[in-house]
Amino acid sequence: MVKRAAAVTRQTRGDRVFEWVNYTLLTIILLMIIYPLLFVISASISNPQEVNSGNMWLLPKDITFIGYQKIFQNKEILNGYLNTILYTTLGTSINLVMTILAAFPLSRRDLAGKNVIMALFVFTMFFSGGLIPSYLLVKNLGMLNTVWALVIPTAVSVWNIIIMRTFFQQSIPVEIQEAAAIDGSSDFHMLLKVILPLSMPILAVMTLFYSVAHWNSYFNALIYLTDRDRFPLQLILREILVQNQMDQMSGSADAMTDQILYAQTIKYAVIIVANLPVLMLYPFLQKYFTKGIMIGAVKG
Amino acid sequence: MKALPASVTSNLKRHRVRKAVLKNWRLYVMLAPVIIYFIVFHYLPMYGVQLGFKDFIATKGISGSPWVGFKHFERFFDSYYFWRLLKNTLGIGLYELAVGFPIPIILALMINEVRHKFYNRFIQTVTYMPHFLSTVVLVGMISIFLSPETGIVNLVIKLFGGEPIRFLTEPEWFKTIFVMSGVWQHMGWSSIIYLAALSGIDPQLHEAARVDGASRMQRIWHINIPGIMPTIMILLILKAGSILGVGFEKVFLMQNSLNMESSDVISTFVYRSGMLDAQYSFATAVDLFNSVINFILLITVNFIARRAGGNSLW
Repeated sequence: MVKRAAAVTRQTRGDRVFEWVNYTLLTIILLMIIYPLLFVISASISNPQEVNSGNMWLLPKDITFIGYQKIFQNKEILNGYLNTILYTTLGTSINLVMTILAAFPLSRRDLAGKNVIMALFVFTMFFSGGLIPSYLLVKNLGMLNTVWALVIPTAVSVWNIIIMRTFFQQSIPVEIQEAAAIDGSSDFHMLLKVILPLSMPILAVMTLFYSVAHWNSYFNALIYLTDRDRFPLQLILREILVQNQMDQMSGSADAMTDQILYAQTIKYAVIIVANLPVLMLYPFLQKYFTKGIMIGAVKG
Repeated sequence: MKALPASVTSNLKRHRVRKAVLKNWRLYVMLAPVIIYFIVFHYLPMYGVQLGFKDFIATKGISGSPWVGFKHFERFFDSYYFWRLLKNTLGIGLYELAVGFPIPIILALMINEVRHKFYNRFIQTVTYMPHFLSTVVLVGMISIFLSPETGIVNLVIKLFGGEPIRFLTEPEWFKTIFVMSGVWQHMGWSSIIYLAALSGIDPQLHEAARVDGASRMQRIWHINIPGIMPTIMILLILKAGSILGVGFEKVFLMQNSLNMESSDVISTFVYRSGMLDAQYSFATAVDLFNSVINFILLITVNFIARRAGGNSLW
C-alpha cells in the first residue's frame, strides 16, 4: 500500500522536464500580456520625452501628471464620460430586466411552447437582417440621436438568456418553487422573493457582461448618433487614439513641439482613465466569471 | 381500452394545451416584452432584407419601393472589388480560425497542469484582463506600440540596427497584426470554457493512468484532450459558422487608406456603401449575401459534425 502511494506521487524525469517547460512557457505568456499594460501605466505618468526616446521601458521616469491634467481640462472627454455612464447604467438595467423576464418563464418545465419561443430567440444568433434594415428601423422609430438608439436595439442577448435560464434550472431546486406555489405565491412574487435572492452570483456575472459591453461599444453610437454632445467616451477616444485628432486638446498656447509631446502622454493617460471603472470592478467580480461561463458551457 | 375517434383526441389535446397556457398566463405576460423586442428588432429587419431586391425610394418606404430582382447582387458579383473583399474576409476568417482557435485550448491545457494554486489563479487573472479593454483602446495601443517613429517595437528593431517597419500602413502586415492582437486580447478569456470542461474530468481517470505509469504528456493526450473534445467541437462549429463574419469594429478602426488592399472586408464595405454613400439597397444586398453564406457554412459544418458521430449544435 505504502509502496503504491509512493509510486503515484513520484515524478519521473520526463514529468519534471514537462513541469519546467510548462512553467517557463506560461511565464513568457504572462510577461507578454502584462508588459504592454504596465508600459501604458508607466508611460502615462512619465515625461513624454523619455518615453518617445525609448529611455522609459518599464518603470515611470521623471514623473509628471500633465497628461491627466490635460484630460480633465477637456470638456469633450468629460462629457463623453458622463454620457457613457448614463448609457451604461440605463442600458444594463434594461438588459437585466429583460434577461430575467425571458429566463424565468423559459426555465419552467410546465411552460407550454417554451421550445418554440427559445428557437425564435436562438435563430437570431445565427441570422440577422443586417445593418441597413436595422438602421432604417431605428430611424423610422425616431430614435436617431437619442439615448434609446443605444439601449433598446441591444436590450437583451440570447446567449445571456441561455446562461441565466440554465442557472435557474440547475441551481434553484424545483422543490423551493413548488413549496412557494403551494403557499399561494404568484409567479411574480416567486420570482422577486424566492428566485432572485438565490441568484446573486449569476446577476453579478450578467451585470458585468452587459455593463462592460455597453462601456466598450462604439458601433451603435457611430451609426445612430451624429450629435457630438451625445457621443459616448469610446467615440471621443477613437478620435484621440486612432484618428489622432487632438488639435484642441493640448491648447494652442503651447508650442508645436510641446503639442506633439503632450499628444503622446494624453493617449496613454486616456487609456488608463477610460478603463479605470472596469479595472476597479474586475477584482470583485473575477471569481464569478468562471461560474458564469461554466453554466453557459453546460448547455452550449 | 378502445381508441377514441381522432376528432375527440384532437379536441382533448387542444383543451389540454389551452389549459396549460391559461394556468401559466402570468409567465406569458412576463415573456411578452421580450418576444415583442425580438419581433421588432430582429425579425422586422429580417423582413427588411427585401430591400436588397428593390430600389429604395425613401418616400415609399421599404415595402413600397419597386422590385428589381438580382440587380444589386449582379452588380456586386461583377465589380472588381468583389474578389478582393471575399479574399480579405475569408483570409482573416481562416487565419483567425487557424491561429486563434487552437491557442486558447493549448493555454487551458497548460494552465490546468499548474498545481501551484496561487500561480494558477494569478495566470488566469492576468490573462483574462485584456479581454476587458475596448476595441478602440486596443487599436489605440496597437498604433502606439507599432508607431514607426516612437513605438517600442520599432525602437527595439532600430536598437538592433534594423530598419523601422511601417506595420500599420503596409498591407502585408495587416492580417497578422489583426489576428495576433486578437490572440493577445482574448486567449485567456477563451480558455475559461476549456478550463471549465477540464475541471469536469473525472480525477479517477488520472489516478488510474498514473498507477499504470502514464506520463503527464500521455495523460494530457489520452485523458484531457478527449475529455474536452465535445466542447472543442461545439466551439469549432460556431467559429466555422462565422468565418465570413469578421467583425466590423476592429477592422474598421485598423483600416486606413494605405492598407485598404488587405483590410477591406465585407462588413466595412457594407458600412461605407450603406451608411456613408447611402446606397441602401446595394448595401443590404451585399450584407444579405454575407449572412446567407455564413448561415450555410454553419449548417454545413454542423451537418458534417453530426454525421461524423460527434457533437453538434442540433
